[in-house]
Amino acid sequence: MAAILEIDNLTTNFYTEYGTVKAVDGVSYYVDEGEIIGLVGESGCGKSVSVLSAMQLIQTPGKIDSGRVIFDGEDILQYDSKGEKMRSIRGGKIAMIFQEPMTSLNPVLSICRQLTEALEIHLDMDIQSARERAIELLSMVGVPEAAVRIDDFPHQFSGGMRQRVMIAMALSCNPALIIADEPTTAVDVTTQAQLLELMNDLVTRLNTSLIIVTHNLGVVARYAQRIYVMYAGRIIESGPSEEIFENPRHPYTIGLMRSIPRLGEKRGGRKLIPIDGMPPDLIFMPPTCAFLPRCTYKTKQCQEEPWPALRQVGEKHRTACFVDIGEKE
Amino acid sequence: MAENLNNSTEPADVGEAVIPPHHSEWRRIARVFVRRKISLIGLIIVVILVICAIFAPFIATHDPLKTDLRDVHAPVSTKHFLGTDELGRDTYSRIVYGTRTSLTIGVIAVTSSGIVGMAMGMSAAYFGGLVFALIMRITDALMALPGLIIILLIAGLVGGGIVVVTFALAFGAIAPTCRMMCGQALHIKQNDYVLAGKAMGMGSVRMMVTQIFPNAFAPLLVGMTMAMGMVVLAEAGLSYLGIGIEPPTPSWGAMVNEGQAYILKNPLLSIVPGGAIMMMVFGFNMAGDGLRDAIDPTLRGAI
Repeated sequence: MAAILEIDNLTTNFYTEYGTVKAVDGVSYYVDEGEIIGLVGESGCGKSVSVLSAMQLIQTPGKIDSGRVIFDGEDILQYDSKGEKMRSIRGGKIAMIFQEPMTSLNPVLSICRQLTEALEIHLDMDIQSARERAIELLSMVGVPEAAVRIDDFPHQFSGGMRQRVMIAMALSCNPALIIADEPTTAVDVTTQAQLLELMNDLVTRLNTSLIIVTHNLGVVARYAQRIYVMYAGRIIESGPSEEIFENPRHPYTIGLMRSIPRLGEKRGGRKLIPIDGMPPDLIFMPPTCAFLPRCTYKTKQCQEEPWPALRQVGEKHRTACFVDIGEKE
Repeated sequence: MAENLNNSTEPADVGEAVIPPHHSEWRRIARVFVRRKISLIGLIIVVILVICAIFAPFIATHDPLKTDLRDVHAPVSTKHFLGTDELGRDTYSRIVYGTRTSLTIGVIAVTSSGIVGMAMGMSAAYFGGLVFALIMRITDALMALPGLIIILLIAGLVGGGIVVVTFALAFGAIAPTCRMMCGQALHIKQNDYVLAGKAMGMGSVRMMVTQIFPNAFAPLLVGMTMAMGMVVLAEAGLSYLGIGIEPPTPSWGAMVNEGQAYILKNPLLSIVPGGAIMMMVFGFNMAGDGLRDAIDPTLRGAI
């Protein structure tokens, strides 16, 4: 299977008054056709910035300093960010779903107007057929009485329903890839499950690739085929989901696993262990591994050598750590 | 339409739902006006003024320019509904024809300054950087000079007349509109739906027209109806100063001016056009207020 999107050595910096924030520091990942991947990490680790960079939606003071974003065999970072080519990719070939369903929809436009917008931009549909297609999309994402609700305004929808509308908007032009940036963070757990199930179902059916950006490992666990774990602007571990969950090799991933409760676990059977400390300030990054101050596995080598590159530890499993933590966990 | 829907999606979702006719927003707007009496009154005043302006020759009883020196300062009578002025011209007919002048100047000055000001303000906010700095400095310069001085200057250079007055008034109203739009747009730009729109592939123009403008429109509409009142008053003021509408063209402002000399002898000459100006300003403000509520979708169902 060919990679639909390949991000190669992407570096995005924010030039602020206080210094340069290295938001994304040499990140590489790829998505295959029809594949679902998860991009996991805590707040401020560069997950969102990496996907926004791929779409060239980084605003000043942010700047993409190096790297390539290969989509469909072409480096789309070479395109003018406001040009025709880039615009036809945004929404048409790569669609995005944003975190806040409450603010991602324009409050003064009807759902119909917002859904037909992309169809008019990318597919040149006339009003009537765009409207029919919009109703079809809305019922596809499970909005009941779509034909009636289509003329409603965003404030008449609940959070979960709005996120369904966002999913419908993302799907409208049959994109090859959907990037969901924290798609379920703002909704409650039951709705979360429904939305994930819906997205999984739709992308499988339509053979669309999906990148789920999240800080919730539970979200990606079930649906993502591969997972990338990010920390302080870098990818520190990557591999197939089961591998990451059953055999995490980076101290940070291990820490994450220890801090989430599992279903079916006996009460008091295992204590949840939080990761001590705080993520580093992205302006003053240490020359060594950024996780070092919080790491419980650190060795002398860690304190002397710069941040290790990703190394192979399994067939498709890679980690950025000197220590061979092995399979004892 | 229903069949082809059922073919392409799960029938369970849509069921047998027949697509209802597109709900008319007009009906909702009408309901707002019917419920809010004050807005309805404002709307009626505006409609009456427009009718007066269009059908002035049929509504007026006399030629507004025809003098009759044998019948000066005539009292209210069936022949002259509001009496006559010092030259024997029928006040009622002059008021009716004066609607044309005031309404034309008001509507043209407000809409043209609105369009230019909004476009400038929105571009400044949307593009930021150099464009923002440039447009803001232009409005600073415009606002630094008192509006009346600019208008007097223009009128003094080119002479009075309806075209010059309209242009001058529109020119003076650009800067405040631009500022207001810019503030609105800067605020709206922060919203996620603007980023979502970009991620959807919208270009700058489409973004401004379809995303930012509808959100900024409600407060601006109120601003514009207020500007309407101010423009009519300013026109009256200019005519009062003698640089506005050239006599003998009837204009409310000029009529107030002419009537003031006879304020004790024949007070109607000033009071009637003054009242007409007040009615127009009131009508536009109230109608604009109602319109703002009517077009705000978040108030759907609430009113």
